[in-house]
Amino acid sequence: MIRFDHVTFTYAEAPEPALRDVDLHIPGGELWLVIGETGSGKSTLLQAINGLVPHFTGGELLGRVEVDGLATSTHPPRELAGTVGMVGQDPDAGFVTDVVEDELAYTMENLGVAPAVMRRRVEDVLDLLNLHPLRTRALASLSSGQKQRVAIGSALTASPRVLVLDEPTSALDPGAAEEVLAALTRLVHDLGITVVTAEHRLERVLQYADRVAVVEGGRVSVASPAEAMVGASVVPPVVALGRAVGWSPLPLSVRDARRLADGLRSRLPVGPVVPPHHAPDGDPDVVPLPGAVVGSTTRLGARYGSVVALRDVSLDVRAGEVLAVMGRNGAGKSTLLAHLAGLREPTDGKVTIDGQVPHRLKARDLVRRVALVPADPGMLLYAETIDAECRGADRDSALDPGTTRAAVERIVPGLDPAAHPRDVSEGQRLGVALGVVLAPAPPLVLLDEPTRGLDYVAKARLVEILRELSASGHAVVMATHDVELVAEVAGRVVVLADGEVVADGPAREVVCHSPIFAPQVAKVLAPDEWLTVAEVEAALAS
Amino acid sequence: MPRSLHPAAWWIWALALGAAALRTKNPLVLLLIGAVAWLVVVSRRGNAPWARSFGSFVRIGIWVVVIRVALQVLFAVRLPGHELFALPSIELPSWMAGVSLGGPVTTEALVTAFYEGLQLAVLLACVGAANSLASPYRLLRCLPTVLYEAGVVVTVALSFAPQASTSVHRVQEARRLRGRPHTGVQGLRGLAVPVLEGALDRSLFLAASMDARGYGRKALVPEGRRRVTNVALGLGVMATLIGAYGLLDGSSPSGLGLPALACGAVLLAGALGLGGARSSRSRYRPDPWLLPEWITVAAGVAAYVGVAVSARLDAASLNPGTSPIVAPSLPVYATAGVLLAAVPAFATPRPAP
Repeated sequence: MIRFDHVTFTYAEAPEPALRDVDLHIPGGELWLVIGETGSGKSTLLQAINGLVPHFTGGELLGRVEVDGLATSTHPPRELAGTVGMVGQDPDAGFVTDVVEDELAYTMENLGVAPAVMRRRVEDVLDLLNLHPLRTRALASLSSGQKQRVAIGSALTASPRVLVLDEPTSALDPGAAEEVLAALTRLVHDLGITVVTAEHRLERVLQYADRVAVVEGGRVSVASPAEAMVGASVVPPVVALGRAVGWSPLPLSVRDARRLADGLRSRLPVGPVVPPHHAPDGDPDVVPLPGAVVGSTTRLGARYGSVVALRDVSLDVRAGEVLAVMGRNGAGKSTLLAHLAGLREPTDGKVTIDGQVPHRLKARDLVRRVALVPADPGMLLYAETIDAECRGADRDSALDPGTTRAAVERIVPGLDPAAHPRDVSEGQRLGVALGVVLAPAPPLVLLDEPTRGLDYVAKARLVEILRELSASGHAVVMATHDVELVAEVAGRVVVLADGEVVADGPAREVVCHSPIFAPQVAKVLAPDEWLTVAEVEAALAS
Repeated sequence: MPRSLHPAAWWIWALALGAAALRTKNPLVLLLIGAVAWLVVVSRRGNAPWARSFGSFVRIGIWVVVIRVALQVLFAVRLPGHELFALPSIELPSWMAGVSLGGPVTTEALVTAFYEGLQLAVLLACVGAANSLASPYRLLRCLPTVLYEAGVVVTVALSFAPQASTSVHRVQEARRLRGRPHTGVQGLRGLAVPVLEGALDRSLFLAASMDARGYGRKALVPEGRRRVTNVALGLGVMATLIGAYGLLDGSSPSGLGLPALACGAVLLAGALGLGGARSSRSRYRPDPWLLPEWITVAAGVAAYVGVAVSARLDAASLNPGTSPIVAPSLPVYATAGVLLAAVPAFATPRPAP
């Protein structure tokens, strides 16, 4: 279906090729997973499939890419639109129309599909992706998960032979991600569509993949999922568990692992002894208890027009704790953070940070009390170089010159201070943004979807950073869909549903018994309450 | 039944209203036009992001007035009249004759500048009204197929304003999170670069996405027919522009406006008809054009006709003298016409929630 024949691609003015001598054959009806670190050439590989590389990006492509017998050299992307459906990383930026239904129909309109067929296919896709309640909604009013589903839907309506997705579930809550992946497997199994998808969160996709293409420095190697996991440096928790316990073949899904886990369960105590999230430097005796309240909401309510985003939310956030706010896309997580950060005035109730009302504070006083890193950390950075960014931050918050630079250096060591914030990797950008907002030493740190777009390496570093923050007495509140991150670092979890708090308690209690929010290890070892591979390893070692 | 009106109806209505504003410098008529635009916008806009753009246009309009008056005070040619105050004047070299810096400021000069600024501001408000009321994407969708080659550019351009206004909001939030002042003149500084950068990035993404989704696919058309279409299209656009100029500029020969516009319309229609076969596009749920659309168009045209009739009968009332200053009055036909333009605020279906 898709054939890469000795493809080498170099972006204009780039010193090194982004793809080197790629030779691939993807047969029809398979689901391929493309993995690799940020900047390894994954996106380039995906865009080469429908000819956006090189027709749209420029640059020089040697070799031949063929899709369904059509060479991309002679067929520009628009001619391939009926063959290849493309879903980009940021669904928002790819929307051409403004209403869900119109967006779903857009490709079909361009292809000249008959109106009656269009109506039927739009209905089919609305059902397939559970978009029916949203059909007349403006795209701008949707949550990020809903947008992602619309983007996938609008690629599907044209009934392409090949569907290419770049990080399709990175913005989705676990439930929505399952739904999307289920829809994708259904497309592969029932309709014989070829699906090529890039994904950082292996734990979500690995079990569905037929083959894995590993991209490293522009080179692509292909293996079956199990083979790829044997030598891989980063693996999903279920594989890590298999390695730690010595299972062979390695389990790829929770179901595989559960079948193997009976023996393991009898070797383990009922639950881990030490809550590991409070032992940041591996010293289990020092368990800093959450300290003083640094931020609180009292019966907080928020409304956008007639939509209630938050209702009666009462929370205390204490120094030294890592609080994860979970919930569906659109449940009010980001709104809660925006209120804590003083970006919005509460409709009802009140917010107190450090004894002050945050939205009334001057910007300069606000940053000394609370820091928020938005889902797109690049938003916080606007200087030409990282160094200028740091100097600007020192000036803004009246800090001693060099304070911010030092804070950034602590989080992402060894960055080139002359680099443009846009040119560093996703993970480094998050680090710079964190460093910049942490420099005025606010006791409360808020993170919105911190792992979005991060590869495993960057995510591991983020986990360390969060542990350091909580150990040094910061209160951290993060809104996240990433159950594995929550298992690693969060001490307490609040679950929001339609703006209301439905669960608030220790992470272990809340996530282990939730079918949606439980991390893989918890699912494998249920009903025992284990969260991470590290816990299991520690218990086995003792 | 609540539904959104055909976007072309809103644009015709707004452009006619804007054309009316261009024919008069009477501040009362201008303010009335602005008020009508505001009334229709608040009663018939939806809750999509572009629906909030009216406020931004009005704010820009106010700045236009302020800047126009300030320029008059600083630079412009001196009008004789009652001197209000004098700025220290600077002698400029002789090759810059005609431009003066500083000097006496007269009431007459200020009033003239204010009228001119207000005219521009009201025109902006009319464009803003169209922007708030009609979805730019739906408008583009009903463009005839032959114009589709320019469509990428137009879509990207159309998406620029709403996206820029969203990103202004986000950048302001980000600035607050960074501890920088996010409002006022200080907040304005450094806003432009991130907003433009973001908008450019998005524009590129959007163009790539349109390409990947089959926008602008070729259909087989004989070469000769394509050429005829393009020539007719070019001539049609030119004739339409000349016609529009004739209608908007009261001082041009009266035989220019309507005939040129009609000629242009015929040429365009021909080109669109010829070119219609060029694209293999189809349309999902086309917007209907029913009675409310006709009412809206008629209401807009009424405003222009009213002002034009007043201009013919009583030109002085539409351009009240500024030297000496004459108190402006409301000419009957113009007022009636502009008031009729408010009818869509009641006579059209509400937008779907």
